[in-house]
Amino acid sequence: MNRFINAAVICLAVLAGLVTPAASQKTQLNIYTSLENDQLAPFKSAIEAAVPGVEVLWTRDSTGVITARFLAEKDNPRADMVLGHAATALLVFEKAGLLETYKPAGVDALKPVFRDSNEPYTWTGMDAYLGVICFNTAEAGKDKIKAPTSWQDVIKPEFKGKVVMPHPASSGTGYLMVGGWLQMMGEDAGWKFMDALHENIAVYTHSGSAPCVQAAKGERIAGIALDMRGASEKTKGAPLDVIIPSEGTGWEMEAFGIVKGTKNLELAKKVADWAATKAANELYSKTYAVVAMPGIVNYPPNYPATAEKQMIKNDFGWMAENRERILKEWSRRYEAKAAPK
Amino acid sequence: MSVVLVPRSSALAAFRQRMDAVTIRIGVLLLVAWLFIIIALPLWALLSKGFENSSGAFVGLDNFVTYFSTPTLFNSVFNSFWVALLATAIVIPLAFGYAYALTRSCMPFKGLFYAIALLPLFAPSLLSAISLIYLFGNQGVLKTLLFGHTIYGPLGIVIAQVFYCFPHALIILMTALALADARLYEVADALGTKPSRVFRTVTLPGAKYGLVNAAFVVFTLVITDFGIAKVIGGQFNVLATDAYKQVVGQQNFSMGAVVGMILLVPAVVAFAIDRVVQRRQVALLSARAVPLQPKQQGLRDAAMTAYVACLAVLIIGVLGTAVWASFIVYWPYNLALTLKNYDFGTFDAAGWSPYFNSIKMAALTALIGTATIFTGAYLVEKTRANSIGRSIAHLLAMLPVAVPGLVLGLGYVFFFNAKWNPLNIFYGTMLVLVVNSIAHFYTVAHITALTALKQIDPEFESVSASLKVSIWRTFRRVTVPICMPAIFDIAIYMFVNALTTVSAVIFLYSPSTKLASVAIVHMDEAGFTAGAAAMATLILVTALAAKLLHLALNRLFFFRAQAWRTR
Repeated sequence: MNRFINAAVICLAVLAGLVTPAASQKTQLNIYTSLENDQLAPFKSAIEAAVPGVEVLWTRDSTGVITARFLAEKDNPRADMVLGHAATALLVFEKAGLLETYKPAGVDALKPVFRDSNEPYTWTGMDAYLGVICFNTAEAGKDKIKAPTSWQDVIKPEFKGKVVMPHPASSGTGYLMVGGWLQMMGEDAGWKFMDALHENIAVYTHSGSAPCVQAAKGERIAGIALDMRGASEKTKGAPLDVIIPSEGTGWEMEAFGIVKGTKNLELAKKVADWAATKAANELYSKTYAVVAMPGIVNYPPNYPATAEKQMIKNDFGWMAENRERILKEWSRRYEAKAAPK
Repeated sequence: MSVVLVPRSSALAAFRQRMDAVTIRIGVLLLVAWLFIIIALPLWALLSKGFENSSGAFVGLDNFVTYFSTPTLFNSVFNSFWVALLATAIVIPLAFGYAYALTRSCMPFKGLFYAIALLPLFAPSLLSAISLIYLFGNQGVLKTLLFGHTIYGPLGIVIAQVFYCFPHALIILMTALALADARLYEVADALGTKPSRVFRTVTLPGAKYGLVNAAFVVFTLVITDFGIAKVIGGQFNVLATDAYKQVVGQQNFSMGAVVGMILLVPAVVAFAIDRVVQRRQVALLSARAVPLQPKQQGLRDAAMTAYVACLAVLIIGVLGTAVWASFIVYWPYNLALTLKNYDFGTFDAAGWSPYFNSIKMAALTALIGTATIFTGAYLVEKTRANSIGRSIAHLLAMLPVAVPGLVLGLGYVFFFNAKWNPLNIFYGTMLVLVVNSIAHFYTVAHITALTALKQIDPEFESVSASLKVSIWRTFRRVTVPICMPAIFDIAIYMFVNALTTVSAVIFLYSPSTKLASVAIVHMDEAGFTAGAAAMATLILVTALAAKLLHLALNRLFFFRAQAWRTR
């Protein structure tokens, strides 16, 4: 019997060890993010240096997974902050009443589009990333395909079966592109463009990052997706051109906000204050060309220099309101007959 | 002296038996409660959302009506079915041939070929998807073999699923073919029956149950798996990717729950048919049966060896490609070899820690899972108290095999994170990951334990009762030692699966408990395919090492302890 008691004690001890968080003097701040993996370490050390007494714990995943997880946890939120996450998702959180009202110090110095335009003020933009064409020059050379300069080039017949983009129902990036075309071309012309594009699409991927990765590896000639992956793949050695078409392009913003009901509100406010500072914006500008604070320009290597001018006027409210309608129409046009090609 | 002692000891024995009755009752109740907490309630927490709208109001069957009136969504049901059927139709004959060669011929190196066939079990499924893209993708070395068809789509799904399901089918078919009554074959031989007829009338009927069982297992695996469909499925919609689109793409939990429920249907039907077939199965091996010993037949053995070797080369080729890719600088533009991809810190701040988290999680899953599942199976099979409780426990234990990981994982978020739930203190800890993995892989472990327990004569319990020994003492001193090989099988099964699982844990890990399988997905999504392949290779090697350790332990300790099994 003694052995049983011993075993039981050991089991309990193991379980206790499993559930007790590691003791530490610093207060841990659980931040949900969809920043790139390699950005996590510099962001963590910058925040911890700027706000004494805080220890940053990242919960990082793709935009869709983090958004789904945050919403699934909404009755008992686990995050203290959301930082480096798509603004369209933060709009959803704001609408569901999950964000704390807080206007970080110095926010008024930021560009107006990067500020929450609805009262109460809950979120603040950090940087923008743009829809681009990742164009594999090595594979295109084999097929004698010229680099596209306009969206109209991508619907030319030589791209047939060689273009990939994210599925708008699976990936926020995909929806951003669709919404961007509809806003900049107008609905009729936008759908007509996508009809033609559909003929050239090899696959609608389920991951928003896959198109540029596939283009980088030569699986496809052109991948339509957001810029950050394209630039980083090129830096790693892929024969890739990151092209922003001349007509302009849809874009998404990364933003932060404090979670309503956090136990570490004061600390979270300090981190939020930091995130709107010049120092923070300089950190963002190491990876993104367009950041919230005016005057900070540092184009990362392999990044198109005209980026900011080509951002269309993006109405995030319209994007959110019309999402269901647009996805339904998209699905009717391109999915109902999405029989295997 | 004995005159004095006997009444006391019999009083003690009577007390002990009453205690046994009580502890068994409590044990069954605890088991049912445990299964409700880890399986039934989390599932219900998600599936109940199928009857709610996005703001949580009850809407009855509205979501189902929407689902079935949307042709695209409905189309996925059809797609899922034919892909699963096709994959099953390919895997079963392939695996049957392989199993037949390994059990019924005198081909050489049987152990080696069996081990090779099991390899896909030890690798994260993403590894084979990466390999297939490298082999058959648009830049693939073997692209021409597809004759202009693309790997992205149903073709890729079927190929990857066949590869992934092959070992599962093989294990079941090996068991089915391993036992046969030699007398039937001798009679057939004596009557001059043609070999093809013997195969049709003796071999196939004997393996009927195994065939049906394997077919259902493969079908369920294919229909609930979303990893392969997501990576290689292109725009070919199946149910599992629909669930992903609804939940991760649009955060529409209600529709996700509807798809989750539809996914359960084929698996539940398969389960019901399986039960009927099982009931009809009569013992093929009577006490007088003579075990079949394969005889040497030069030509047949050579053909069998060739067939098995072909498949083995294919398996090694597919896995080897990914392992090779993990040492390459930048596929396909810079094929120089490097060890850099194993320096995970450069891709991911977590570095190597997910790998160690995974090992810890898998070890705990194996430890806690094996103990609870085996004890649970003992209560279900060997005790007679509370028959309703025991049937409920059995039913719940059989359910998880039909549940896609995505559905189970989200169910855990809704249930274990609920404000009213006192268990929410465990949310975000390693323990939730462990419990989730136990639940996810409960069924097969439960069946393995039941099979082992059924082989033990129930007389042991009767004898111990008449000797007035506590049933728990019998359990500890007789049942557990006899079943040790099965217990180790369960432990290794839990360990390997916990190492490789992704879909359920992706919603549950916390900053300090990130797992290797999650890190693989992240690296792949971030374009660090080589890093993903490297981490997957590590997992493969670790799982293999665990399996080898298991075999060594079996040899060392149980060879003698199990000597009673042979004559």
